[in-house]
Amino acid sequence: MTAFLLGRLAQAALVMLVMSVLVFLGVYAIGNPIDVLIDPAATQAMRAAIIRQYGLDLPLWQQYGHFLGNVLRGDFGNSFVFRIPVLPLILSRLPATLELTVLALLIAAAFGIPLGIWAGYRPEARSSRAIMALSTLGFSVPTFWIGLLLILFFTVELRWLPSGGRGPVGWLGLSIWTREGWTHLLLPALNLSLFKLGLLIRLVRAGTEEVMGSEHVRFARAQGLPERQVVGLHVLKNIGIPIVTIFGLEFGSTLAFAVVTETVFNWPGMGKLVIESITSLDRPVMVAYLILVVLLFVAINLFVELTYGLLDPRVRAR
Amino acid sequence: MSGPVPPALELRGLRTEFPGRGGVVRAVDGVSLRIERGRILGLVGESGSGKSVTGFSILGLVEPPGRVTGGEVLLEGVNIAGLPQGAMRRLRGARVAMVFQDPLMTLNPVLRIGTQMAAAVRAHDPVSRKAALGRARDALATVGIPSPAERLEAYPHQLSGGMRQRVAIATALLHRPAAIIADEPTTALDVSIQGQILAEVRRLADETGTAFLWITHDLSVVSSLADDVCVMYAGRVVERGPAARVIAAPRHPYTAALIGSVPSGHEPGTRLPQLAAGAPPRGADGGPDPGCSFRTRCPRAQPDCALPPPDLDFGAGQSALCHHPLEAPA
Amino acid sequence: MNREALVEGWQEYRRSPVAVAALALVVAIALLALLAPWIAPQDPYDQSALDLMDARLEPGSIGSGEYVHWLGTDNAGRDLLSAILYGLRLSLAIAVTAGIVALTVGTAIGLSAAYYGGWFGAVAMRVVDLQLSLPAILLALVLVAVLGQGVPQLMAALVAAQYAYFARTAFGAASAERRKDYVEAALSTPLSGARVLWRHLLPNTLPPLIVVVTVQIATAISLEATLSFLGLGLPVTRPSLGLLIANGFQFMLSGRYWISVYPGIALMVTVLAINLVGDQLRQVINPRRRR
Repeated sequence: MTAFLLGRLAQAALVMLVMSVLVFLGVYAIGNPIDVLIDPAATQAMRAAIIRQYGLDLPLWQQYGHFLGNVLRGDFGNSFVFRIPVLPLILSRLPATLELTVLALLIAAAFGIPLGIWAGYRPEARSSRAIMALSTLGFSVPTFWIGLLLILFFTVELRWLPSGGRGPVGWLGLSIWTREGWTHLLLPALNLSLFKLGLLIRLVRAGTEEVMGSEHVRFARAQGLPERQVVGLHVLKNIGIPIVTIFGLEFGSTLAFAVVTETVFNWPGMGKLVIESITSLDRPVMVAYLILVVLLFVAINLFVELTYGLLDPRVRAR
Repeated sequence: MSGPVPPALELRGLRTEFPGRGGVVRAVDGVSLRIERGRILGLVGESGSGKSVTGFSILGLVEPPGRVTGGEVLLEGVNIAGLPQGAMRRLRGARVAMVFQDPLMTLNPVLRIGTQMAAAVRAHDPVSRKAALGRARDALATVGIPSPAERLEAYPHQLSGGMRQRVAIATALLHRPAAIIADEPTTALDVSIQGQILAEVRRLADETGTAFLWITHDLSVVSSLADDVCVMYAGRVVERGPAARVIAAPRHPYTAALIGSVPSGHEPGTRLPQLAAGAPPRGADGGPDPGCSFRTRCPRAQPDCALPPPDLDFGAGQSALCHHPLEAPA
Repeated sequence: MNREALVEGWQEYRRSPVAVAALALVVAIALLALLAPWIAPQDPYDQSALDLMDARLEPGSIGSGEYVHWLGTDNAGRDLLSAILYGLRLSLAIAVTAGIVALTVGTAIGLSAAYYGGWFGAVAMRVVDLQLSLPAILLALVLVAVLGQGVPQLMAALVAAQYAYFARTAFGAASAERRKDYVEAALSTPLSGARVLWRHLLPNTLPPLIVVVTVQIATAISLEATLSFLGLGLPVTRPSLGLLIANGFQFMLSGRYWISVYPGIALMVTVLAINLVGDQLRQVINPRRRR
C-alpha cells in the first residue's frame, strides 16, 4: 500500500514538473516574455529594471530556474489590471467559485444518482426513457444557453430571482449564510449542475444496468433476498466505487467549467477573473491560473486514485 | 401425490419460451423429470440444449422476455409454476436453492463472505446479525471448510475456486431446502478440486436428504456422482434412467454419441467418433417441429423420424424418446 | 465494412423513430447551412449592407431592405434569420473540419500506440489519458490565451481539445484487435506491418470511431459557441451563433429576447439532433442487452 502511495506521489510530482516546463516554454519561449511580465504601460526604465530582475536577458534554462523558484515561492508577479500580486488575487476569488462548484455537484448528485438508479433498474419504463431523454438534453445544450434561459424565465418573466451578482459575503468568504446569498446562488449553481447531472444519470444508469444483469444479482435473487435489499446491498455498493471516482474527477472539471456560468451570471469567482484576464491580456494572471489549475487537477487525480485504492478491496490486497 | 412421500422435485411437461426476432424459441419443450429426497439427478446436454434454462425456470428466474409458458413444477408435491414473484421469493433460498457456475461472478466481490451469507439467512429468518453469522459459520463447517470463522471475514477473491464453490453450496444449504439446482458448478474448477466437491455433495445429499439437480455437460461427472440421469437435446429429454445403466447401455443415439466422445473410454491412438454437425429442424411455419429434433445429426435417421418419436421403456427405469433406439449390448 | 453490414446497420438504426427524425433534422440543417448564401435574404457579413436603423426590430417587422425580418434583427441591424443561417454554416464548417483533423491525428496516435506497443505506446497513452482528464474548455481557453484569437487558432484549440478522445478509442479498439490470433498470424508472414495496420486494425477501429466523431462534432459546435460567447472565439466581424447570443444578452432584460433566443434555439436543436444520432449509432455499433 505504501509503495502504491509513494509511486503515485512520485508520478504526480513528475507531471507537475513537466507541466511547469511546458507552461514556461509556452510563455517564455513561444510567447514574448516581455509582454507577459511587463505592463505595456511601463516606462523604459521600468522595463529595463524588470528585465534585469527577472533575468530575461539570461539563457533559457537559467530563466527556467528563476521561474521555477518564483513559482515555488508563490510569486507569480503582479496583475497588470489590478496591480496587486497575482496569487492573493486569485485566492481571494476562490471561495466564490468553490461554493458554486460544490453546490452544483451536490445538486447533480442528489438528483442524478437516484434518477440514474431508477433508469437502470427499470430501463423499459416510460419514466426511464423520459429520464434518459432529459439527460441527453442536459449535456447537449450548451451551458451558457441554459443559463440564459434560466435568467429569461426566472428573472425576466417571474421576477423571482436576481439575474446576477453575488449575495453578501460572510464567514469563510462564503455567501451561503444569508437568504439573499441563496437567491443569488441558486440559479448559477443549478445552471452549472445540469451538465454534470446529464452525465451522471447516464453513468449511474449504465452502471446499474450492468450490475442488475450480473450474476451476483441473479444469485442474490436465487437466495430469496427481497428486491429492496438486492438493490441496496449489491447495486449501491458496486456502483459506489466508479461513482466516487468519477465524482472526484468531475470536481476539477466542474471548477473549470464554472468559467462559463460565472460569466453569464456575473459571479465574481476565479473563472470570471480568468476570462477578464484573457480579454484584457493580463498575462501574469493567466499563467498563474494555468499552473494552479493543473496543480489542482493533479492533486484531485491523486486523491481519487488513493480513495479508489482504499475502497476497492481487490486493489487493497496489492 | 404419487406416493406416501412426494418427490422433492418433479417437473411435468415444463415449457419455457423466448420470443425472438425470427419467432418464438422453445428453450424448454415439455421436460418432465422426478427427483426423490436425497437423490442426485444429472441433467446432461450440450450448450443450448436448454438445461440451464430448465434450472432457471424451476426458480422462476428466467430472464425476461423469456418466460415459463406451460407445465408444472412440483416442489414437495406443490405446484409452484406460475406463482407470483412475492411467493416465489419466499421459496427461493428457503425451499429450493441454486448454485451457479462461476462463484467469482456470483459472489459479490466487494462484500465479505459473512455479510453475504448473513443476508441470505435473514432473507427468510428474522434473526439477529450475530445469530445469522453463527448459522453461516455452521453451514461453512458442514461443507467441509476449515476455520469457518475466519472465512466469514474474507472477501471472495481471497479464497480459492474450490473454496468459493463450497461457500456457494453452503449458502444454498442455509435453510435446508428440499432441492438444490446446481448449474455446472464444477465446470470452472480444476479436475482434482472437482472430485472433492462431488464427494462432498454426495455426502451432503445422503446426510441432509436434499435432492440435487446437477446440470452439466460433462458425462464423467454424472457417472461418478449421479443416481439418475436425464439427457437433454434441443429442449427435450431424449433419454432417462439410472446413471449406471444409461452410461453402460445407452439407447438413444445422442446419448451414445456423447458417451463415445469421452476420451477415457477409448484406446489411445484410436480416432474419437465424431458427431455430425447440424441444427435442430424448425417447424413448418416457424413453430416447433413435431418430429425428433436429433434427426438432422443422427446416423440412424430414417424418414419416419419426422414423426413424433415414442417414449420407449427399456425396463429398470430407463426410457428413451426414439423411433430407432440402439440395441442392448450383448 | 461491406454492403451487408451497412444495410444491417441501417435496419438496426431505424428501430428508433426518434433517431431517424434526428437524422432527418441533421441533414436538413446541413442543407440549410450549405445553401445559406443562396437562401438567406441578406449577407450578414457584408458591413455595407447593414443599416443601423434596422437594429433591434421585432420578429415579423419590415426593414429598410423591404423584406420581412422573420426573426427580427440584432443590435447591428443584421437580419437574424440570415445571421443564424450563416452562423450555422460557420459553426458546422469549423466543427466538422476540426473533427476530421482530430480524428486523423487521434487515430494515428492511437493506432500506432496499439501497434508498436511497448514504451512508446505506454507513454503516448499516459499523455492522452492525462489530457482526457482535463476539461476541453480549459484546454481551449489556454490555447486561445496563448495563441491569440482567429479562426486557425480556434481550430487548433478544438483539435487539441478533441484528439484525445479519438486516440483513446482507436487505441482501445486496435489493442483488442491486435491481441487476436489472426493478427499475430498475419504479422508473422512477410506482409509488411503497415499492411496489417491498414487492412486489419484500421477497419475494426472504424465503427466506434464513427460514433465518437459524431458526438465530437456536436461537442465542437457547443465548445465553439461557448468560446465565442465568452468573446474568445471567432472575431466579431464573422458572427457565429455564440457571438450572436452574447450580443443579445444585454437586451434580454429589456424584453428584446429574440436576439439571443433564436440563435440559441438553432444551436440547441443542432447539437441535440447530432447527439441523438450519435446515441443511436452507438446502439447500432454496440448493442446493449436486448430490451
